[in-house]
Amino acid sequence: MLALEFLVRGVTQYGEPGVFMMFEENAAELTANARSLGFDLDRLAARKKLILDHVYIERSEIEETGAYDLEGLFIRLGHAVDAIGAKRVVLDTVEALFSGLPNHAILRAELRRLFRWLKDRGLTAVITGERGEHSLTRYGLEEYVADCVIVLDQRIQEQISTRRLRVLKYRGSAHGTNEYPFLIGERGISVLPITSLRLDHPASAKRIPTGIARLDEMLGGKGVFRGSSVLVSGAPGTGKSSVGAKFADTACRRGERVLLFSYEESSAQIVRNMGSIGIDLEPWVKKGLLRIHASRPTLYGLEQHLVMMHDAVSDFRPSVVVVDPISNLSLHRNASEVRPTLMRLIDFLKQQQITTLFTSLTPGSGETLEDSQLGVSSLMDTWLLLRNVEFNGERNRTIYVLKSRGMAHSNQVREFVLGDKGIDLVDVYLGAERVLTGTARVAQEALEHAAAVLREEDHQRKLGRLANRQKEIGDQIAALRAEAEFEAAELAFTIARENGQQCTRQQSTHVMAQLRGADDAGPSGKQGKR
Amino acid sequence: MSAALAFELRLYVAGQTVKSLAACANLKRICEKHLAGQYRIEIIDLTKNPKLAAGDQILALPTLVRRLPKPVKKIIGDLSNEERVLVGLDVRPI
Repeated sequence: MLALEFLVRGVTQYGEPGVFMMFEENAAELTANARSLGFDLDRLAARKKLILDHVYIERSEIEETGAYDLEGLFIRLGHAVDAIGAKRVVLDTVEALFSGLPNHAILRAELRRLFRWLKDRGLTAVITGERGEHSLTRYGLEEYVADCVIVLDQRIQEQISTRRLRVLKYRGSAHGTNEYPFLIGERGISVLPITSLRLDHPASAKRIPTGIARLDEMLGGKGVFRGSSVLVSGAPGTGKSSVGAKFADTACRRGERVLLFSYEESSAQIVRNMGSIGIDLEPWVKKGLLRIHASRPTLYGLEQHLVMMHDAVSDFRPSVVVVDPISNLSLHRNASEVRPTLMRLIDFLKQQQITTLFTSLTPGSGETLEDSQLGVSSLMDTWLLLRNVEFNGERNRTIYVLKSRGMAHSNQVREFVLGDKGIDLVDVYLGAERVLTGTARVAQEALEHAAAVLREEDHQRKLGRLANRQKEIGDQIAALRAEAEFEAAELAFTIARENGQQCTRQQSTHVMAQLRGADDAGPSGKQGKR
Repeated sequence: MSAALAFELRLYVAGQTVKSLAACANLKRICEKHLAGQYRIEIIDLTKNPKLAAGDQILALPTLVRRLPKPVKKIIGDLSNEERVLVGLDVRPI
């Protein structure tokens, strides 16, 4: 299959004609198989770009009678190559020769000569071979004559099989030595590197809103960075999917493409359920802005899911990807495997500058939710935690930002309300000792309100009393002032009267002195002037 | 006359190699010895006519193909082992 793709891609993408020499299937079978991958071999053959040559070996018809070589094969191949000017050759599967021809010594020598011959003619050849029990190939020859050995195998783990590919050797090139899972899909083979070798994706300073205004506020007022990854984790029913859907909806509203991977609900179900909280996804689906990719998590292994996502992303080129939830992907898996594979996905998406929102289910409700069981939290740029708070006979949703790289974010818990108008965040009651949500919050707020009213009235009363008092004092002041005036008047009168008396006395003294004939300079005269 | 067509043989060779020449010589000798007068040999040099290789599914060279009588049988090698050639041709030694 790999070989076939190599050949077909060679023809269609690089304009290099190829020869497919098969020892097992015949041309018609191969053409039929290739069609299921979307390759039209007949058309390629008609355009003289591809030659399919079926070499049929039947042991029972063959009798060995002495020395021979595989010159016939060479000539056939050489003829086919010359006929279309082929640059690529596939031999599938050379092992069949070993079962057809009994003399392995000759075969071995001849195959070595064949490789040499292919090389001399400047042909790129893919030779397939079955894997042997102890060696790489059953007859142990490709290993030392080929320049590049790629090992494919299929492993079943926890009832899910994964095809894996490994470059065992590749002369003259630095190659990845890890095993890479691969997938045979509708468009041929996809391989996904297990980890990317570099960590150098670009970082955008642009922000995109999440669609929940208050949440954007919490994230420094502008939302998340483009190309960053957001993890929304929470217990069942905390509203993770709703956050994801809102995020998708908002991106669509901006005219961006969104790819939503759903592993729990079918696309129709999502559209219906999100309609109930005022998020209408249907127009976006119709417009082609939103693509919902719903599949069962158990359909493939984790790697294959990632390959599939890889394919879907490459195909659709979205700017936002929502995965709901990633925790389902890890069914039957242990964390040590999940982590690198998710890392790969996140890496890939970051390279593409795609903003991603993952939701992750955390078990239970009251436990330490800071522990996301996938161990991917450290890969995330922003982590929102949704949490159920059970109190006072009811359950309320709360949201908080656990971390958000590169931005000032609120550390405050908000209450998260899902209504038919969408999602809203409400400030929780922040008392001195506790945080209240739901009706408890409402009750507490009412209580506070009542207290405030009381206080207000109290103030009014006090103010009134103060005014009265002021008036009273004012009156007193007036009274006192009147009293003072009265006293002053009294005093003036007294003085006047006393002056009058003195004057009269002086006059009478003067008169008396005149009468007695005293002189003017007497002390009493002075006294009289005063 | 009919006996002459009983064995229709075709020997595929590639050029004038040692094996090709040996196969030619061996074939002629065996046929003369066991099938005198009942055979016809056609020698095909694939270096001159490479297209013909696909028709009879030729891999190894030299190959002797017994086209008649049916079923088609192939004998590969330089035909130096006379006994096995006869087994391959389904001819009982005389």
